[in-house]
Amino acid sequence: MNLLSSLRGNALIVTVTENRIDAAGAIAFKEAMRTVAEVPSARVLLDLSHVAFLDSSGLGAVVAVMKLLGPERPLELAGLTPTVEKVFRLTRMDTVFRIWPRVSDGIQAAC
Amino acid sequence: MKVSGGAGETRLELQSDPHAVRRGLATLAKAPAFAALDEDLRSAAEIVLAEVLNNIVEHAYAGTTGVIELKLSPRAGTLCCDVRDFGVALPDGRVPGALLPAGDADGPPEGGFGWYLIHSLASDLRYRRRGGCNHLRFTLDPDRQRR
Repeated sequence: MNLLSSLRGNALIVTVTENRIDAAGAIAFKEAMRTVAEVPSARVLLDLSHVAFLDSSGLGAVVAVMKLLGPERPLELAGLTPTVEKVFRLTRMDTVFRIWPRVSDGIQAAC
Repeated sequence: MKVSGGAGETRLELQSDPHAVRRGLATLAKAPAFAALDEDLRSAAEIVLAEVLNNIVEHAYAGTTGVIELKLSPRAGTLCCDVRDFGVALPDGRVPGALLPAGDADGPPEGGFGWYLIHSLASDLRYRRRGGCNHLRFTLDPDRQRR
């Protein structure tokens, strides 16, 4: 799973460059996140704007990454596409994560 | 993977493997049965079919290989879905419940969302086990999405 990451203010911005996080890619996503998150930051902002589809395995992997980072280092989400937003809303996981409409909204909060 | 069917009906046969499911969903997204749906119903269909197929791969075939047969028929603005596999039966011979999985002291749950999503988005969910075959039928109805 290819992830792009960069530090902006107090946030590590991680962009998922693939268009789905599904059962075939959930473990690879989790492992790739574990590696990029080795760069220290106060919070991690996950850019999902290129992800058109996420299934329950992908959702589980995002939750697992949140737990991996721990309560002191929040995982925030940005740029949810309609199908991804639907999965978060139906499972009420939209109440668990701080979700920004666009990545730039989440970045501004960092400065 | 085999794709066939005419008059708007789409049939797809795929192997029980997560990558085959991914390719199958991509194929279905371009199929005539999908083309007729509005965007909201198409996204619901993609979510439900992904969960149904992944359940079959993970539980019915549980790491073994087998075939999954899918038939999608558009009917009066809805999409009727018919899925068969030849793996292990569903527990207690019935469709699992619609409860949202609960978290624990470690935080929110990491799994168990699949059937919850299926129940949330699909209507008329029916399951039958006969002659070593799991047969699941359901409908994707635009009215169900307005909630």
